[in-house]
Amino acid sequence: MSERLDVRKTYKLVINGAFVRSESGRSYEVRNAAGEFWANVAQGSRKDVRDAVKAARAAQAGWWTATAYNRGQVLFRLAEMAEARREELSQHVAAAEGVGGADAHASVARGIDRIVWYAGWTDKVAQVLGGANPVAGPFFNFSLPVPSGVVGVLAPQDSSFEGFVDTVLAPLAVGNAVVVATSETRPTPGLLLGEMSATSDFPAGVLNVISGLTRELAPTLASHEDVDGLDLEGAGDDHDELAAAAAASIKRVRRAGAGDYAASSTSRLRSFVETSTVWHTIGR
Amino acid sequence: MTENHLATSHLGAFDYDPAPESASIARLRDAYGLFIDGDFTDAASHASFASVNPATGADLANVAQANSPDVDRAVAAARHAYDTVWSKTTGAQRAKYLFRIARLIQERSRELAVVETLDNGKPIRESRDIDVPLAAAHFFYYAGWADKLEHAGYGANPRPVGVAGQIIPWNFPLLMAAWKLAPALAAGNTCVLKPAETTPLSALILAEILQQAELPAGVVNILTGDGATGAALVEHPGVDKIAFTGSTEVGRLIQRRVAGSAKRLTLELGGKGANIVFDDAPIDEMIEGIIDGIFFNQGHVCCAGSRLLVQETIADEVLRRLVRRVEQLRVGDPLDKNTDVGAINSAAQLAKITELVAAGEAEGATRYSSSCELPSAGYWFAPTVFANVSSSHRIAREEIFGPVLSVLTFRTPDEAVAKANDTNYGLACGVWSEKGSRTLWVAERLRAGVIWANTYNRFDPTSPFGGVRESGFGREGGRHGLEAYLDV
Amino acid sequence: MSTYLRVVSDADVGVRLADPARPPSIASETQLRSVLASLAGVDAVGAEARAAKLATRSIKTASKRPALDTIISMIDLTTLEGADTPERVASMCDKARRPDPHDPSTPSVAAVCVYPDLVAGAKSRLVGSSVAVAAVATAFPSGRASLAVKLLDVADAVAAGADEIDMVIDRGAFLSGRLGQVFDEIVSVKSACGTAHLKVILETGELVTYDNVRRASWLAMLAGADFIKTSTGKVSVAATAPVALVMLEAVRDFAESTGRLVGVKVAGGIRSAKDAIRYLVIVNETAGSAWMRPELFRFGASSLLNDVLMQRLRQTRGVYVRPEEFSAD
Repeated sequence: MSERLDVRKTYKLVINGAFVRSESGRSYEVRNAAGEFWANVAQGSRKDVRDAVKAARAAQAGWWTATAYNRGQVLFRLAEMAEARREELSQHVAAAEGVGGADAHASVARGIDRIVWYAGWTDKVAQVLGGANPVAGPFFNFSLPVPSGVVGVLAPQDSSFEGFVDTVLAPLAVGNAVVVATSETRPTPGLLLGEMSATSDFPAGVLNVISGLTRELAPTLASHEDVDGLDLEGAGDDHDELAAAAAASIKRVRRAGAGDYAASSTSRLRSFVETSTVWHTIGR
Repeated sequence: MTENHLATSHLGAFDYDPAPESASIARLRDAYGLFIDGDFTDAASHASFASVNPATGADLANVAQANSPDVDRAVAAARHAYDTVWSKTTGAQRAKYLFRIARLIQERSRELAVVETLDNGKPIRESRDIDVPLAAAHFFYYAGWADKLEHAGYGANPRPVGVAGQIIPWNFPLLMAAWKLAPALAAGNTCVLKPAETTPLSALILAEILQQAELPAGVVNILTGDGATGAALVEHPGVDKIAFTGSTEVGRLIQRRVAGSAKRLTLELGGKGANIVFDDAPIDEMIEGIIDGIFFNQGHVCCAGSRLLVQETIADEVLRRLVRRVEQLRVGDPLDKNTDVGAINSAAQLAKITELVAAGEAEGATRYSSSCELPSAGYWFAPTVFANVSSSHRIAREEIFGPVLSVLTFRTPDEAVAKANDTNYGLACGVWSEKGSRTLWVAERLRAGVIWANTYNRFDPTSPFGGVRESGFGREGGRHGLEAYLDV
Repeated sequence: MSTYLRVVSDADVGVRLADPARPPSIASETQLRSVLASLAGVDAVGAEARAAKLATRSIKTASKRPALDTIISMIDLTTLEGADTPERVASMCDKARRPDPHDPSTPSVAAVCVYPDLVAGAKSRLVGSSVAVAAVATAFPSGRASLAVKLLDVADAVAAGADEIDMVIDRGAFLSGRLGQVFDEIVSVKSACGTAHLKVILETGELVTYDNVRRASWLAMLAGADFIKTSTGKVSVAATAPVALVMLEAVRDFAESTGRLVGVKVAGGIRSAKDAIRYLVIVNETAGSAWMRPELFRFGASSLLNDVLMQRLRQTRGVYVRPEEFSAD
């Protein structure tokens, strides 16, 4: 009796709600932490970045004008989908990061809890970051946090799931659309989360996930003039050069941090919001 | 006495057939015990009473009557759960319990809507589209706060208060339970909740939901009963905080009873909301807003826009349009999806409304009542508008808590503000005008906890709600709603 | 600046003037402006909430059947494609007259709606029926032509026997504030219609705001429209429930202030019986029962008819039926 041959999966990019092979037709081999073959993964190109930014731009306004409650429900739905696929995610994290099963499980659990954390932020950001301003005059004056727009994220190279979640969910929660380049060598947990987003009520284009070589993807994202914000968490050696490229279109840039992806801090949330202030007269 | 039945210039060509929701969806049990320490248990006295469908007068189910020993047991369970479990549960874990509860409310929404309508008499359209979804939304919202309390503006590590005693009214039974429980649990408190005597059933379904959510035993306890049950809860020494929603009269008694104790108190009491209409208002939407303001939930709404203040230049036109619109309201079977106005919640409430309407007529106001046919069984009152009301009339001063609107007029913004504030209450007001500057000018001067502009009776979990003056103190909803349940 | 309001003569327009027994009640562009400015604003949030609330009305079996028949009797069965052929129009006319050949109790639709060159064929095909022939004229759908050309377009359709004319307003003129020009065109077209009924298409998707919808509705009614109509069906935003609500409020208020009852036609994107019933509910609870007849309310639609017929057959048979029960055209 012959053993059943397993059916292997090709990991594709998530662009505009669809699963696509790279426009370039390229793929690359991803190995686990022990150096063994783990998966073939689409190798995104500059043109994939271009398509993703276009999709993100088209989707962003709708994502922002949906109610904050609705955005929270969508993010919470993502947590539900991830919870249902915890085992699979844990296997990928274990393979990618070379950690034991228990540690991988714990990491995935923290990542899912982090999704829940951000789901709860959508309708609270305005209450924490916004407010009325008692200007000296007959005016009703209030400030509201609004999203920067399209945010490019270089997901951390090491923390394949937790770090991916934190860098991606923060800009999403406040109403940005995201184009994320996954960890180059550990892309599958992020690609899986992208798959889940496509089946959890996300409008197409709000979250676009591209795997590939960071040195190819990052400069395109950093220099793309229709990208409003850039998180350089996974930028590596090219960090400062990318930050400089972002200056051409005055992007909001978040520099790589200490890698704490479960901190009870609003720092990442605040990275890609603008403050919009309204003055209104008061008089009979 | 003047009662002008309205001209019937309407409908007829397109009669909607009854479209009743099925009462069997409610799946009610014959009898419910008290929900203490995670289980339904008998009252110590074994006493019980029936909850009645106000639209028919029929008994729906028997519920246990909690007395002092039961209150002792519930408070002890809440204290034990607080000490041993809930105060040691992380915010992220509490959040997940609340998310579960929210999801379960969504999943059982149809059943909850039917139960609410059967027990309260409110139209199924409202329980289905407003009460139940808003209740779920409250749990979702406060779930999100449970692991973010240090960001709420009350310091780095705000602590809960302890055991909260919560007494809720009969007008929005499930929604008021959500308003009370969600912030309390998010902040880390345990609760003893007492639903209203005439509308206990949806809270008991909620108890089942808490079981399904595997909320640790004793974190929430639900005691059905009457005013004596509430009084025992208020006076119980093991309770750290009382939250009450109900009449100003009872609120006053409660405040007196907790005076001198360390108990914290929030009160959400009655109102006599003014809906102020300027002559540049968007007229069609304004008419709908006035209608919603007073006939939503049969006017059993503490923030109802029960006084309409109309600028004199458009008073005749507003009254004419209003009266025409009142006549269009579909009054009847609350389970019918096309019903706009349902049953009065109880015989006692109907008697109060009838008495105040009689006073309005006796004092010389002009009464317009819908010519709608009222069902013969149950408790009903035709939607009614009083014109030519003056500020001194009882119907302009006392909370009727029924489908009765008093119309007064004004000439200037200053007079509108003065008339709106001419009340001991201060819960909610409405302002209708397309001139934003004036709306804000008026809003600044109104003594009310909530002011709606070009809308009325809007509720959202993110928005604080509560009164000033004799409408009570403390806020429910929003970031502000956490404060009542934090030791800050 | 309005020309018609100043210069009222046959020579200017080359066609018969409006019925002198019913002259425009507006005497100058200034007066028109002030009448339109005096209309109350529409609060978009409130209007949309009201429309959404009415959409929750539940119309069940016994009241659904008459509602479906009412809808059929209110349909302007429409084909407005460049590829329209006389054969296709003839087939549509047959269907308009007898929507369900197997069920003689099915009412005829109100009218067929076609381009002017297809009017004569439709007219002869419908001889002996109650079905009217409506023509879209005035450089439909854009309205981008000189007044003279528009009037010729109308005259052509009327000469071919059109019972109803669906004209478009000049949205550019309206949005840029040339209200008198829009008014004049309607008055001129109305007079060119003769006895034909005039439906004035506001193209509400291009007017964008509800305030504009309300003002354009009043402008059209003051200029003599017999019907005000939402859309051409040729721009992406066609009829919506809140727009219909605002227009029905306008005809109700206009009737109260002038005594004249103007009809409303919703057109574009109404494909299901469920949608159509929602519009009927808005009619019923906004303008009232007087408007619940084809003389005062119409649906401009093509695929709607088949869905209504399917619902009707479903009620008769008690099971869901195939779309192929009814011919596509």
